[in-house]
Amino acid sequence: MTDLLEPRAIGRDLVRRDGVAKVRGTATYAYETPVERPAYAHPVQATVARGRVTAMDTATAEGLDGVLAVLTPSTAERLASTEDREFAVLQSDEVAFRGQLIGAVVAETSELARQAADSIRVTYAEQSHDTELSADRDDLYAPGKVNAGHETDTSEGDVAAAMASADVTIEQTYTTAMYHNNPLEPHSTTALWDPAGDGHLTLWDSTQGVHPDRAAVCEVFGLAQEQVRVICPYVGGGFGSKGTPHAHVMLAAMAARALPGRPVKLALTRQQMFFLAGYRTPTIQRMQLAADRDGRLSAVAIDVVVQTSRIKEFAEQAGVPARMMYAAPNRRSTHRVAALDVPVPSWMRAPGECPGMFGPEVALDELAEELGIDPIELRIRNEPEVDPDTGKPWSSRHLVECLREGAERFGWADRPPARHRDGNWLVGTGVAASVYPTMRQARSTANLRYEDGRYVAEIGAADLGTGAWTVLPQITADALGVDVADVDVRIGDTEYPIASVAGGSSGTNTWGSALVVAARAFREKFGGSPSDGDEVAGDVDQAAQDEDHAAYAFGAQFVEARVHADTGEIRVPRLLGVFAAGRIVNPRTARSQFVGGMTMGLSMALHENSVWDPQVGQVANHDLAEYHVTVNADVGDVQAHWLDEHDPFVNAMGSKGIGEIGIVGTAAAVVNAVHRATGVRVRHLPVTLDKLLPGL
Amino acid sequence: MDAEVTLTVDGTAHRLTVDTRTTLLDALRERLGNTSPKKGCDHGQCGACTVLLDGKRALSCLALAVAHDGAEIITADGLAADGELHPVQQAFLDRDAFQCGYCTPGQICSAVGVLDEVRRGWPSHAGPDLTADPELSHDEVAERMSGNLCRCGAYVNIVPAVQQAGGGQA
Amino acid sequence: MKPFAYARPADVAEAVRDVAAEPTAVFLGGGTNLVDHLKLGIVRPDLVVDVRTLTSRSIDDLQDGGLRVGAAVTNSELAADRRVRERYPVLAQALLAGATGQLRNLATTGGNPLQRTRCVYFQDASTACNKREPGTGCSAVGGYTRYHAVLGVPAALPDPTAPETCIATHPSDMAVALAALDAQVQVLGPAGARTVPFVDLHRLPGEDPSRDTVLEHGELITAIDLPPLPAGARSAYRKVRDRASYAFALVSVAAVASGNGDVRLALGGVAHKPWRATRAEGVLRGGPLTEDTVRAAMAAELAAAQPQPGVDSGNGFKIPLVTRTVVATLRDLEA
Repeated sequence: MTDLLEPRAIGRDLVRRDGVAKVRGTATYAYETPVERPAYAHPVQATVARGRVTAMDTATAEGLDGVLAVLTPSTAERLASTEDREFAVLQSDEVAFRGQLIGAVVAETSELARQAADSIRVTYAEQSHDTELSADRDDLYAPGKVNAGHETDTSEGDVAAAMASADVTIEQTYTTAMYHNNPLEPHSTTALWDPAGDGHLTLWDSTQGVHPDRAAVCEVFGLAQEQVRVICPYVGGGFGSKGTPHAHVMLAAMAARALPGRPVKLALTRQQMFFLAGYRTPTIQRMQLAADRDGRLSAVAIDVVVQTSRIKEFAEQAGVPARMMYAAPNRRSTHRVAALDVPVPSWMRAPGECPGMFGPEVALDELAEELGIDPIELRIRNEPEVDPDTGKPWSSRHLVECLREGAERFGWADRPPARHRDGNWLVGTGVAASVYPTMRQARSTANLRYEDGRYVAEIGAADLGTGAWTVLPQITADALGVDVADVDVRIGDTEYPIASVAGGSSGTNTWGSALVVAARAFREKFGGSPSDGDEVAGDVDQAAQDEDHAAYAFGAQFVEARVHADTGEIRVPRLLGVFAAGRIVNPRTARSQFVGGMTMGLSMALHENSVWDPQVGQVANHDLAEYHVTVNADVGDVQAHWLDEHDPFVNAMGSKGIGEIGIVGTAAAVVNAVHRATGVRVRHLPVTLDKLLPGL
Repeated sequence: MDAEVTLTVDGTAHRLTVDTRTTLLDALRERLGNTSPKKGCDHGQCGACTVLLDGKRALSCLALAVAHDGAEIITADGLAADGELHPVQQAFLDRDAFQCGYCTPGQICSAVGVLDEVRRGWPSHAGPDLTADPELSHDEVAERMSGNLCRCGAYVNIVPAVQQAGGGQA
Repeated sequence: MKPFAYARPADVAEAVRDVAAEPTAVFLGGGTNLVDHLKLGIVRPDLVVDVRTLTSRSIDDLQDGGLRVGAAVTNSELAADRRVRERYPVLAQALLAGATGQLRNLATTGGNPLQRTRCVYFQDASTACNKREPGTGCSAVGGYTRYHAVLGVPAALPDPTAPETCIATHPSDMAVALAALDAQVQVLGPAGARTVPFVDLHRLPGEDPSRDTVLEHGELITAIDLPPLPAGARSAYRKVRDRASYAFALVSVAAVASGNGDVRLALGGVAHKPWRATRAEGVLRGGPLTEDTVRAAMAAELAAAQPQPGVDSGNGFKIPLVTRTVVATLRDLEA
């Protein structure tokens, strides 16, 4: 049990502290950093998917007045570490995927840099490429671990025997598409190399963690931590794609080192982001469910196939949530990976859980239909008493309450019959459950100082729209027992103590825990009347960490879908989620996160699809006109509610993390609602009208 | 090739030399240091660069600076030029109509444009009747604001913010 | 983007002379398509001639009861014009279904019909495209064809390596309405002025997919005339797309019911040009407008339709979809 804070500022609906700067547009993002005499870098990308660069004709570029530097694999500096091949920029002539960085031009203006980069003629020794993911490939392999350190395969009991003897079985394959994070702010870096002494690199980088960013750069360039400073007060969205640096950060630093003393700005174009900024792998999920006539599951199995790049392994853990979600004596999960000539996949909002709850939650809906049992009731009947995966008790699990409260708020009991028609529209409702693990990262430290009558905390954390600028002061104020107006929290700079990445919905839990330790130490050391300059540090290692419970947030999403009877156009006028995510620190910013996650889930369900063209070897629709994310008109009434959940085991705030659970489950709920409306079961995302027309 | 243009930005006239290739967006951001309009896609596909160009909302990434010599441009920053937030900005703050903030200045300029277009009686795709005066209903605002992508998913707060600023239902 | 000279001549005649004299010169209107393409390296002019403030920005009544729309009238202004909303709802609806408010405020009457395809390969200068670089082949065949043509393409599957192959569609909504309205295009060129029926403005790929229209180099659209519709005529535009807004058409339909039993139909998203469905119109002429007759008419129109297979299931869905959309549009128009 942790020593829970008495909530005073926590739970208050405080307006964002960075709000005024954001509505005026004066908050400065990485590329916008005001610097003296900036130069501009534009990348050169490979236009073959596999092969070698045999020649780069840079004469035209170098001859342009105003071009300051041209970087190619043959002229670029040798990096200290090339172990991470995503970061080994311009270190060899090998092309491992189309769009890979093979050069850059730095020039006096952005127009000139782009013109010069476009003028470089590249000759390749092209090899045939292999970019097509399928479950039938004979070279699928089992990775050592999957993302977040999970076991690759798990097995308990005998799924095959359970399937053979069950009253009812579901055996289907579901797929999720390739997705690109597409934060509105493109991945951007302003880099400045000061050659004095041993040299010092300043990076104004759009990142979800200045410290992890710095650690990666130090490793690649062989620099000491003191030689690199990363600054990032504002992040224009990340959704995981800025959780680790990508190759362009190294390129920006190389460009800056080529022009000592001159700040260099590099922003990926939107098109380049489809090659260089990470993405969510497509997933193929073979599901097996076995149940008796009462709907009690005897087997749950999921076999997942994903892809990675040949140069770097990222194995999305899409089979993981099925391990713990429902009770069943016989269970299996496997992950197999295809290493292809494709860009490097990475984190995207709720890696693992987001795609990994699609197959299971649609399969459950199919089972409910087969059994004639209400899908909510079916889930309730399979509620596990302890974590089926680890056998540990839950720190708290209120999925059933989320389903019941959601049903009440949504009007589930009065839902229209299947294939209900309202004028030209077919109407259906659907539900799915969601889950996200409650994590805390291993390292974060906060400094707390009394300064001019105010409490000032410093921690190298990040606010990518989550509300950290606002909620961290709330936590600090309650830990100190002072008014939140008397607290300043400074984030987004490696000059402040180490903080973990804003990822895994763990930021508030981790940084908040460090702030609580610091605040308690401060009070212990200096009492209630501190003097100017009094200062302590606190870190998460000192905070109580419960290892005896399985800690997760849970939720349930409800969807009303309408499908045009003539054209198959799909609209979602209502989307409602109820979540049990511990104590909510700031209901205003929390609601925005839940709603934002659900909106992204809606986007995943109906629109998003990075269409892979295996002939060319790239995403065909690599811009925002053709890669559709939801627009305002796609979004109707989206509501997020939460239970007043008290979890004494997770951390001093009692908070579980809320940034990702909103997207989990939403796509399945949409598919289930569309099925109810039309009778058409779509197992391959996105749900688009062409998939419905044959059934209308 | 260079050209000289005069741009009046947020009330201040600037004489500057631009490349003929320079867009209004890059002129604002990279020449004049006004980074309120954002570059999200640079191709008219996201709306983050929306400014008020001679009184109308427009995408500054698709406008060449040289072609708009003499233009009057208002950015989100300029809407609060006297230090007081514009009612649309205040409504965005009140409704938490943003998260990361990157699309926000464009959303706000767009919303100011929308309210003006509705006052003029301009129709939209969402209107039930092409010839009737539009109202600030949810569907009208959502359609008219659909040129501004928000990846954080703040749409459900943006619509009531625009309605609030327009003095309509919210 | 390669450097270019910029000119704003004194009048349209001089603008036409300037462009005609320079083989790579282009006209600049609202810029929403041209600036996009300059950045992508799709067009690489040495000279950009700005006509935005030279052509007419007014909408004038014509003696025959129609309207003359100046080339510089923005899409927003045109859609908001009372006369257009009342007399040509199909046009106002098409305009409002296209793009977004901040694009329509820039886009012009002369420029909108001349916007180029949204084919993803046309827009990516690193891929083969006969429209962008004649003779390089067509990457769309067998590729991502969701937004591609099913009409006006060869009956057999096209050869991706042949220089004439192009399965792109024309993306304009406004153009589909103008095709159904039998609009007339006023053109000024180095050889003088001429009038081009809107239905003849755009062309099929033929032997040269790089040419979208019949306009010669240096020819400039100065105005578009809307002929009057018979009293009692009704019209509507219906667009089906992947998002509820801000997306190009999968298919679209512009329908004008003249009131005397005749129906004019134009289809978007299905061909290299706005597709006037003359076969369907012929079947429907003078007859009763029932769901069965409309389906029969569309079956005739689509007899030569050729679905394009490709990744993500190809575009065969457009054939039933366009029929369903026509049925729904005419049903609503008759209601």
